[in-house]
Amino acid sequence: MSNDNEKDWPLWEVFIQSKRGLDHKHVGSLHAADAGMAIENARDVYTRRGEGNSIWVVKAEHVHASNPDDAESFYDPADDKVYRHPTFYTMPEGAKYI
Amino acid sequence: MSDVKNLEERFQERIDDEQKIEPRDWMPDKYRQNLIRQISQHAHSEVVGMLPEGNWISRAPSLRRKAILLAKIQDEAGHGLYLYSAAETLGVGRDQLIDQLLTGKAKYSSIFNYPSLSWADIGAIGWLVDGAAIMNQVMLTRTSYGPYARAMVRICKEESFHQRQGYEIMSVLASGTEEQKAMAQDALDRWWWPSLMMFGPNDADSAHSAESMKWKIKRESNDELRQRFVDRTVQQAETIGLTVPDPDLKWNEERGHYDFGPIDWDEFWNVVKGNGPCNRDRMKARREAHENGRWVREAAAAHAAKKAARKTAA
Ligand SMILES: [Fe+2]
Ligand SMILES: [Fe+2]
Repeated sequence: MSNDNEKDWPLWEVFIQSKRGLDHKHVGSLHAADAGMAIENARDVYTRRGEGNSIWVVKAEHVHASNPDDAESFYDPADDKVYRHPTFYTMPEGAKYI
Repeated sequence: MSDVKNLEERFQERIDDEQKIEPRDWMPDKYRQNLIRQISQHAHSEVVGMLPEGNWISRAPSLRRKAILLAKIQDEAGHGLYLYSAAETLGVGRDQLIDQLLTGKAKYSSIFNYPSLSWADIGAIGWLVDGAAIMNQVMLTRTSYGPYARAMVRICKEESFHQRQGYEIMSVLASGTEEQKAMAQDALDRWWWPSLMMFGPNDADSAHSAESMKWKIKRESNDELRQRFVDRTVQQAETIGLTVPDPDLKWNEERGHYDFGPIDWDEFWNVVKGNGPCNRDRMKARREAHENGRWVREAAAAHAAKKAARKTAA
C-alpha cells in the first residue's frame, strides 16, 4: 500500500496574513505537488472563514531553524545589554514627551 | 545514562513550568510515541468521521441543510489535515500514518462505527458526538506539545458551529410532528451511550492516563470530561423536550453533578476490537477512497514534474 506518490508530494509550510498591514504568520503545513497547488490547498484548509488576505507557502526543506539546545548561549549576547531598553535611562525630572 | 536522566529532568521541569514542548526540543521517546499514537488516532477519527455524515449529504431535507452539512464535513477533513500535520512535526510521515489506518494497525474513535440511520442521526451526531469531542479538544488546547495545542485552537474555533447545527436539527425535529419527535428521540436513544464511551474507559481502567497526565498531554481525566459532558447535555435535552435514555440519571445536590448509570464497557471493547455495526464498511470505504484517488495523486505529481522540467529547460 505504501508505493504511493504522496512521498513525491513535498511538505509545505503555510504562512497567512490575516489583514493587510499585519505580518504573515505560520499556521501549519500541508502536502502538495507544487507551489500553486499548495496555495490552493492552503486556501481550502486554512482560510475557510475569511482568516486570510494573503498566503505564503515555503517548501519545508527550505526552512532552517536554530537549535533549541543552544538557546542559552545563542541568545546570551542580548542578556547583558540592558541599555538597549528605554527604561535604562534616567530622565531629568519635569521633562515631558520623552 | 546520567545524561539522559538529566535531559528527562529538564524536560519534566519545563512541563511542570507550563512551557510548551516544540518539535526540535529533546523529548523522551515514550512522549514522542505516545503523541504520535494519540494525534494520528485523532486525525484518523476526523477522517473516518466524515463517513456517517457523508451518508446523508444527498438526502439532506433542504438546500440550507445540505450546504451546512457539506461545510461541516469539509471542516472535518481540514481537522484531519491539521492533525496529520502536527503529527508530522514528530518525525513521522503522513503516508506512514495513513498506511497504519488502512492496514488496520491504527485505531480511530469507535463512535464512527455506528450507523447513521435517519436524518435525526445527523442532528444527534453534531450535538452529541461533536459535543463530546469538544470537551476533549478544549482540554487539548492546553496540551504540552506546541503543534498539537495550536491545531486544537484552530479546530475548537470551528467545532462550535458543528455542535450548534446538530442541536438545531434536533430542536426543529423535537418541536415538529409526532413522527419527527419520535425520530429525534430514537436518535438520542441510540447515540447517547456511545457518546459517553467516547471519553474512554473509567479512570481506574485507563491504560495511558497516568503518564499522559504527568506529561500534561492530557490535563483532565476521562471521567471528569464525561461528567462535564453529561451535566451540560442533560439540560439541553430537557430544553427541547427529549429524554436522556438513562433510568439512573439523577441530579446529585451534594456533588453538584448528575449521577448516571453504568456504561456497557463490553459493548465498547467489542466495537474497539472491530465488531461494531460498521467497522468493516468504514475501512472498506476508506481503502476504496484511497485507491480511487491514486490516479489523481499520480497525475498531480507528474504534472508538477513536467512543469518543473519545462522551467529548467527555459
Ligand atoms: Fe472535527
Ligand atoms: Fe466537528
